[in-house]
Amino acid sequence: MGHVVIDVMLKPEILDPQGQAVNGALPRLGFEQFTDVRQGKRFVLTVDGEVTDEHLAAAAEAAEKLLSNPVIEDVVSVRASEDPDQ
Amino acid sequence: MKVGVVTFPGSLDDRDAARAVRAVGAEAVTLWHGDADLKGVDAVILPGGFSYGDYLRCGAIARFAPVMDALIPAAQGGLPVIGICNGFQVLCESHLLPGALIRNDHRKFNCVDQRLVVENAATAWTSDFEAGQEITIVLKNGEGGFVADERTLDELEGEGRVVFRYAGDNPNGSYRAIAGITNDRGNIVGLMPHPEHAIEEGYGPSTDGLPFFTSVLKALATA
Repeated sequence: MGHVVIDVMLKPEILDPQGQAVNGALPRLGFEQFTDVRQGKRFVLTVDGEVTDEHLAAAAEAAEKLLSNPVIEDVVSVRASEDPDQ
Repeated sequence: MKVGVVTFPGSLDDRDAARAVRAVGAEAVTLWHGDADLKGVDAVILPGGFSYGDYLRCGAIARFAPVMDALIPAAQGGLPVIGICNGFQVLCESHLLPGALIRNDHRKFNCVDQRLVVENAATAWTSDFEAGQEITIVLKNGEGGFVADERTLDELEGEGRVVFRYAGDNPNGSYRAIAGITNDRGNIVGLMPHPEHAIEEGYGPSTDGLPFFTSVLKALATA
């Protein structure tokens, strides 16, 4: 099985309340060195066999059409991976 | 006059929306998300709730439901459509209206009697208001922050397409305190607050929701 890994992030200019909540919690745990947190989304799509260029093209299309909203989010990467955790 | 109310898995306010339609003397028609069939209705309400559990993004999965395959071209062709709360999110995800709704800036679910200013009383859903009129209806959501880029916001303002603006404190961080908008033809309106919960004395903060529904009947009668 091959995997296509897609990362989606909120656009830099869009407020990220979830990231802010995490950012607020870090200092309470003693992590004082981080000045900001932005939270994103990862999708792992699985295919039979090796990931082909066609798979990647279809995944990129799905990423633009469904997995992200171009008004508020950017698709930052679409890549093949043997290990879905990488 | 037949007004359709779409039910998605997770819709909450479809029954109240249908009740509001009946309250102004029209026939409410149930539309099912899985059927690409508008059953010949004269207007459509996309109700509030949490379609598909708000998974992925609010409204993102509902936007690809079969009923939307019929609704999107009909709305583009002039069919009056209103999206309330989750329905507004579905309209934005469908790109029938610009912008998007994100989590409230204070990160809490809001449920308040909300004052709004009606800024555009020329849409299919607001003609029974006066421009500048202040109304109070319920606002209840976790992801009601309206966002769009500056160019889109300027365009909406410049073309009079901001239909409702929050009065008083901004309840959710919406850019320019925008509570509801319309398309260029004025047949599609989306807003976060809930007119269908404000149609009867003793239930809700006012009856300021009624003119939404009488407006669309008037629009249909004169169409």
